Amino acid sequence: MFDWVHNVPILSILCYLPLVGALIIMFGMKNGQEAAIRKFATGVVFVDFLLSIPLWFAFDRGGELFQFRESAPWIESIGVRYEFGLDGIALLLVLLTTLLGVLAFLSSWSAIHTREKEYYVFLLLLQTGMLGVFMAMDFFLFYVFWEVMLVPMYFLIGIWGGPRKLYASIKFFLYTLVGSVLILLGILALYFYNAGGLLGWRGLGNAPTFSIPQFHAIGASIPPDLQIWIFLAFFVGFAIKVPMFPFHTWLPDAHVEAPTAGSVILAGVLLKMGTYGFVRFSLPILPEATLRLLPWMAALSLIGIIYGALVAMAQKDMKKLVAYSSVSHLGFVMLGLFALNGPGLNGSILQMINHGLSTGALFLLVGVIYERRHTRMIAEYGGLSAVMPLYATIFLIITMSSIGLPTLNGFVGEFTILVGAFHRVWWWGLLAALGIVLGAAYMLWMYQRVFFGPITNVENKGLRDLTSREVLYLAPLVLLCFWIGLYPRPFFRVLEKPVNYLVAKVDPTYATAVAATAPSANSANPRVQAAAAGE
Amino acid sequence: MLPNPQEYLLLAPEILLASAGLLLLLAGAIGRGMGNRESALVSVVSLALTAGVLLRVHSVVPGRLLILNGSFVLDGFSFFWKLLVLTATALTILISIRFLDEGNYRASEYYSLLLLATSGMLFMASGYTLLTIWIGLETMALSSYILAGYFKRERRSNEAALKYFILGALSSGILLYGISLLYGATGTVQLAELSEGLRAAQDNPLVPLGWLLLAAGLFFKIAAVPFHIWTPDVYVGAPTPVTAYLAVASKAASFAILLRIFYEGLGSLKVEWQMIVALVSAATMIWGNIAALTQENVKRMLAYSSIAHAGYVLIGVLAVSQIGLWSVIYYLLAYTFITLGAFGTVILLERREYAGETAADYAGLARRSPFLAAMMLLFMIALTGIPPTGGFVGKFYLFAAAVQAGWSWVAVIGVVTSAISLYYYFRIVLNMYLRDSGQTTPVPLRAPALVGAIAFCALATLILGVVPEPFIEFAKSSLLPLP
Repeated sequence: MFDWVHNVPILSILCYLPLVGALIIMFGMKNGQEAAIRKFATGVVFVDFLLSIPLWFAFDRGGELFQFRESAPWIESIGVRYEFGLDGIALLLVLLTTLLGVLAFLSSWSAIHTREKEYYVFLLLLQTGMLGVFMAMDFFLFYVFWEVMLVPMYFLIGIWGGPRKLYASIKFFLYTLVGSVLILLGILALYFYNAGGLLGWRGLGNAPTFSIPQFHAIGASIPPDLQIWIFLAFFVGFAIKVPMFPFHTWLPDAHVEAPTAGSVILAGVLLKMGTYGFVRFSLPILPEATLRLLPWMAALSLIGIIYGALVAMAQKDMKKLVAYSSVSHLGFVMLGLFALNGPGLNGSILQMINHGLSTGALFLLVGVIYERRHTRMIAEYGGLSAVMPLYATIFLIITMSSIGLPTLNGFVGEFTILVGAFHRVWWWGLLAALGIVLGAAYMLWMYQRVFFGPITNVENKGLRDLTSREVLYLAPLVLLCFWIGLYPRPFFRVLEKPVNYLVAKVDPTYATAVAATAPSANSANPRVQAAAAGE
Repeated sequence: MLPNPQEYLLLAPEILLASAGLLLLLAGAIGRGMGNRESALVSVVSLALTAGVLLRVHSVVPGRLLILNGSFVLDGFSFFWKLLVLTATALTILISIRFLDEGNYRASEYYSLLLLATSGMLFMASGYTLLTIWIGLETMALSSYILAGYFKRERRSNEAALKYFILGALSSGILLYGISLLYGATGTVQLAELSEGLRAAQDNPLVPLGWLLLAAGLFFKIAAVPFHIWTPDVYVGAPTPVTAYLAVASKAASFAILLRIFYEGLGSLKVEWQMIVALVSAATMIWGNIAALTQENVKRMLAYSSIAHAGYVLIGVLAVSQIGLWSVIYYLLAYTFITLGAFGTVILLERREYAGETAADYAGLARRSPFLAAMMLLFMIALTGIPPTGGFVGKFYLFAAAVQAGWSWVAVIGVVTSAISLYYYFRIVLNMYLRDSGQTTPVPLRAPALVGAIAFCALATLILGVVPEPFIEFAKSSLLPLP
């Protein structure tokens, strides 16, 4: 039923549909037609979302690592190709992007009242940039999308943001740009090492290319000292994006000042680009450097978990609290990645999706109440569960999902990450578990102060409960939280192949150990078998 | 030995353009002179004719040919730079028309000087002895001094011309002194012979002094730190189209001779000058970008930005590789359109010659003229080096050249400073989009030639960023032999 997606360049269509929509709005629609622009823009991302659903069904779980591939020459003189493709990890992230896109657009209807035409143009351009980042299979192409995306995000924060928007927008842009240019140097080093020589190192003499699978293939043969340099260049770029401690300082500013839709996309998708960068590039291309720098990476992740949670606890502003909770949660994701084993990576990638869903939902929920009261200070509220019962219920579910209550998605992700972390170094797991406790503390404490007790502020008495449009954009997230919480198997099934591939790339000894104990789990991967046979 | 008279036919483009400039000067002196639009039309037509003749000459001489006793060279390299300066001059004329109308100055001399300066550049691109190059350079420089002071009733324009003249004359003197020392050491000014002679005269103490003075003169012309002092004042004071012309055409032609002299004349001293170029490049990128951070005046900011960009281009020069050469060519091609477009936008916003130059004057532009704001946004993105623009692809090649050649520390300075440059380029964007001036009166897009030129530059900037391949192929056919 969904086979037709193999016959069309589905990824290009998905990626450029928002761009086409933006161009139509830019040149075809006038400033007076706000309602039409709103509906048209939302329609475009909705169609984009519908078109992305067949990917889930047409994706062959046991097939090629990268599927739906598109390939065409682009800049032949240096070997740049226009290449798109998805593995299981990118597939999930693309679906998350298209879904959160629709929700972010819907939530903007009532939140944005100034310069709407520009707003929807920038939001659509952002969508194209994000999808391109996850789809690109050529490092040059990846970098182009990675940078293109910064411009619309800058405007979203800078034009429609809060009181300190000018400061926050340029800070966001400068931080991420400094990170990206270092990535560029890393890409160049890889490129020249693959093609010819580089500095003192003799290169491999392969055909010049920026192809990501090719870099994966040569990863193990890059000398360790060069690997470490490239790793550090990538690390700064990706860690700023994640953001890892101590590169996180742009995040609270950007989050607090951004409009709701901006925060949803920022937390839901943009931060995942950093973690995705580690999964796609640092780990498989630079395995030796990864192993050598492992203690440092784990230490920064653990500091991020604890520090983010402690700072979140001290926040008076709900949005800032959620922002710092992201630092903590992303620390979990990073810890799972650097556990470098099946459970750790599985959990970490699933947790990327979970964080997108639950934090996206939290920002949407904060946005709902902000539109009614124009304040996000926790102290301004109290006793809301009496006047907004439906709102309180959904908020509670999402809070539980964020804390990691069993039956909800956060539990599955965090638990698998902890398994992985214990497996690698037992006290990593212990410290991370402490983070979960702290997470429960700050989230529940906020929930208590906002929803329970008597209504202390008279302004809160007449608050309207959720409208049907608000329920419409929150319901899918709640459903997904339950789905992943109750039946995560389909998600792990999609991730199985890419995760096995990653483990075999970065830590073959672990992969063989697992293969020896459970031969059926990894028998599909010839690389692991070869490694096992070699021992 | 007298050269074969037929060889002069191959100089047809240069002769044509110089004659057109002189005729225009003459026409301006007769009676009330020619009007602004007529002169502009004549100039653009003669530039187009020159380009046509140039194409014909290039098709007759496909490879590399030395003529006039080895003092003039025809090759792909010179062909590229000639086309580039002709295009840049034509665009400069298009963005000048309205500016001259507002200033109410005589027009035909202005265009005549532009054409004469450009003919000097053509000689620079093809010059193969140090003296031919120097004469081409002086033809360009003398015309530029007058152009910088063309708005003679404006004090700042006079100041610019005077500063430019004094410092320019000094640098020309230094350049000439360097040439004379090299001549003293080797007995020749012809580049190929010079290269041989330098190999033989390695121990001669005149040689290092000579080439250092020569290099200093060249660095002055491309406005590299520490020889950049003249640039900000001249760029701010000169009439804005002249500023654009200096920042683009003059810089491109100077890079052409710098490459030619360093690669073909001083090839045997490669190791020595690479180090100097690396230091100058790093200093230029750092100082140009840092000084630009605090500028409120847009022209002054663009002046420092053009200094910084000279530093980036020097990365490609010092790499001494194929990719280094075509990165220089590609970058200056992209830079030409981006910078001319940015200056064109500045001109369109200027009122009464000099008003509307501060960053604050751009407040709320996105509302008053979405078209102009979008154009300026594109040019600022391109100058920062963010895709999908020619500025990104150009910088990508430059940094690639540096990494490949083992100059990674220069590349690191390059990428970090270009991230810093975001701050000052986006201050204009911030004013245009994020601030509101309260004014809502739309900016009229009156001058069709100017608006057309801006749109053309924007289109070229995008095309260079999205489909770079044909231009790279062109750049590859325009290389110099590596030393």
